[in-house]
Amino acid sequence: MSGYFKELISGTKSLFIGLGITGRYFFKPVVTMQYPMEHVEMTPRYRGHIELIPNEETGEPKCVACGMCEKGCPSGCITVKGEKREGVKGKVVTKYILNFTTCSLCGQCVESCKFGALRFSKEYNLASPRKEDFIFDLIKRLKETN
Amino acid sequence: MKGLLQRDVNQETFTLNLGPQHPATHGVLRVKLEMDGEYIVEAEPVLGYIHRMHEKMGENRTWAKFLPNCGRMDYLSAMSYNHGYVATVERAAGIEVPERAEYIRVITVELNRISSHLLWFGAFVLDLGGFTPLLYAFDDREQILDLLESVTGSRLTYCYFRFGGVYNDIDDSFIAGTREFIKRLRKRMPMYDALVTKNIILIKRLKDIGFITKDMARRYGATGPVARGSGIDFDVRKHEPYSVYPEFDFDIPVYEEGDSMARYMVRMDEIEQSMRIIEQALDKLPGGEIKPKKAVKMVKPEKGDYYCAVEAARGSFGIRIVSDGTNTPYRMKLRSPTYSNLSLFGEAAKGMLLPDALALMGSLDLVIPEIDR
Amino acid sequence: MPELLRVILFIIFVLSFAGLNAAYLVWCERKGAGHIQRRIGPKEVGPYGLLQPLADGAKLMTKQLFLPKGVDPVLFMVAPLMVMVPAIMSFLVIPFSESFVGRDINIGLLMIFAFASVNVLGLLLGSWGSANKYAVIAGARCVSQNVAYEIPMLITTITIVMVTNSMNLNEIIRSQAGWFFHWHFFRLDISLLMPVSFLIFFVCSLAETNRAPFDMAEAESELIAGAYTEYPGMGFGVFFMGEYANIVIGCALTAILFLGGWQAPIPLNFGGFLGVLWGMFWFFLKLYALIFTVIWIRWTYPRTQFYELLNLSWKVLIPISLFNLILTALQIKIFPWL
Repeated sequence: MSGYFKELISGTKSLFIGLGITGRYFFKPVVTMQYPMEHVEMTPRYRGHIELIPNEETGEPKCVACGMCEKGCPSGCITVKGEKREGVKGKVVTKYILNFTTCSLCGQCVESCKFGALRFSKEYNLASPRKEDFIFDLIKRLKETN
Repeated sequence: MKGLLQRDVNQETFTLNLGPQHPATHGVLRVKLEMDGEYIVEAEPVLGYIHRMHEKMGENRTWAKFLPNCGRMDYLSAMSYNHGYVATVERAAGIEVPERAEYIRVITVELNRISSHLLWFGAFVLDLGGFTPLLYAFDDREQILDLLESVTGSRLTYCYFRFGGVYNDIDDSFIAGTREFIKRLRKRMPMYDALVTKNIILIKRLKDIGFITKDMARRYGATGPVARGSGIDFDVRKHEPYSVYPEFDFDIPVYEEGDSMARYMVRMDEIEQSMRIIEQALDKLPGGEIKPKKAVKMVKPEKGDYYCAVEAARGSFGIRIVSDGTNTPYRMKLRSPTYSNLSLFGEAAKGMLLPDALALMGSLDLVIPEIDR
Repeated sequence: MPELLRVILFIIFVLSFAGLNAAYLVWCERKGAGHIQRRIGPKEVGPYGLLQPLADGAKLMTKQLFLPKGVDPVLFMVAPLMVMVPAIMSFLVIPFSESFVGRDINIGLLMIFAFASVNVLGLLLGSWGSANKYAVIAGARCVSQNVAYEIPMLITTITIVMVTNSMNLNEIIRSQAGWFFHWHFFRLDISLLMPVSFLIFFVCSLAETNRAPFDMAEAESELIAGAYTEYPGMGFGVFFMGEYANIVIGCALTAILFLGGWQAPIPLNFGGFLGVLWGMFWFFLKLYALIFTVIWIRWTYPRTQFYELLNLSWKVLIPISLFNLILTALQIKIFPWL
């Protein structure tokens, strides 16, 4: 019988403590960020989709189309084509297509690039109803951002 | 009158399809329940709705290319899964890991474990009908995700570990942030305790309900908090040590009761133990490289059969690899903890009421993509 | 004023009051839940999201009224009305102020309880007519829950009726005139357990209106949406409005029986139109404070298990309220001058 009352009282008390906690939080400031109105600054290491790094002098991509990224990509979403050009050491990249629909953002392409020609973009507001919008031509993208 | 009255009136029980789309199954799990009123006569989990053939994928690509897949199995403790795979391959190919990298691995894995337990905590109380703790837990979890994002660059499927090391080094701001976070969480835990754990409604719903006996847990191969809630003192970190875990002083919370409350308490205690491990690791963090001196290029383990298990947030995650000496595995077997933990649901739920069975299911901490792999 | 005109005016008032309440309590609920969980809640539609109920209503109303296969069409369509109509009828006897009451009849209390028990019939018919297993489980739960909780609620009410000697709601309020310590909640002299019986009544009204932590009829993490699983569009909307109207009635009754209804906490009364407003002000203040508590409770606790709910009623609430009844009777008998 005493257990009955003990439980009754301690149970009721626990309920009031719970109310006290949520009641206190009711008056505390909100912690959420109103996303489409406010934007989050991505951290320096944020892994967005990849982009080509331009050569600082020429503005052309540093990429020499060695194809290591293409080979290392687990999802096979990178297509690189290059050609030999007169007066330029190594190959020049002519086509760099990233199929972002299958990319898993693992970062193995960036890691496998020995020439430091790839980096992660800070892009995270990507939305489109069309699949084709996510097949990126990274050379074109580089030219547009320059 | 149409509908229910037309059915066979002599039928004593009815079949209830719980899922694949149901708020309590946390994904595409289907449970076929044979019900007598609200009592469960028979429960049969039906799997395969999200099977993606990860094992076969692993056998089809080079060793390094499988790395991002690990995080997709259990997206809530992706770090541990990466760790398991990386550790197995390192064991197979005999790759040395620098000490600093091992410490960083332990810190990130334990942070990830806390975040996984916090999410489970919120989702579990949500299963029981309480909404608010979920949002509070997410508030804390968000801090962990921010920390991990600052190091790994990603918030959920990290793919942070590499053979022989980790991808990025941690910096002082991460260390300071982690210490800050632990201080914050230590302050928040009594709040969770008062709001949820000591709440009489929650106690009434979990205590002495949903028993999993020691024997049952053994028979089904349950691991992790489910086994520890049934009195089995088994934690891979302690009993089959890997990485640098032997250097830390931490306890394995074990509860003998075997009811839903025991499993709940195991996880809540584990959060505290993980914080202890992180603190010690931060204190002892050695300097040095985070990648092996000789860069790991093409991994080609010797012919043989290798197995390594790690303690993920849900139990023992083991990978068995058979190598034939080429650059792809010959056979890869993934032993995921929730698959075993779920399989005891059918036996444990027999004779229970539907809401109790759902509380039991919540206390197993199911992540469906990890069951189906 | 001719009686007929008065009644028509009051019906219009009650209908709009019930509708507005249902709409804006949803807004309050969402805002309250938001701030308890440290979010903002609705904010896009109108300033502070104040037009959100309109948007919700428009959405529900424009949805197709769809009859799923296998449902009983009559029961399925009638059930929402069976929940809504009694709730609105009950408003007729609730005194918003001393003279602002639809029908000042001497069995007002009885009438409210009579109508309140129709509510559960509506839920049962709706869940049965839905031909859905989850709904039937929810309906069965609902009935036993309501049966269990009506008993302590009525016993507690009887103690109040014994004290006031009347079932007229206005009469009950008038007996609490004066300072706030004349409200029944503080009258320890007529029953030592008055605050406890207030608590019992409030808990029972939560259970009667199927509110968390006793929301067995909906139980969304167990039974998907319980009795409302198959209801599309406005069918669900009417259920929803009925639920909120029931909450208002439950809280209004609690305020009337224990917190002095339209009585101000100080013995200050006005005559004429100002008096009506003064009474309404205090009544609504108490009413909405109680409703806020209901919302607050919902966003704090997990749901009870079904048998625990019945245990609470049969093992705790009923014995205590019976004891309270006897205690009150004794106190009234021994100290008849009070």
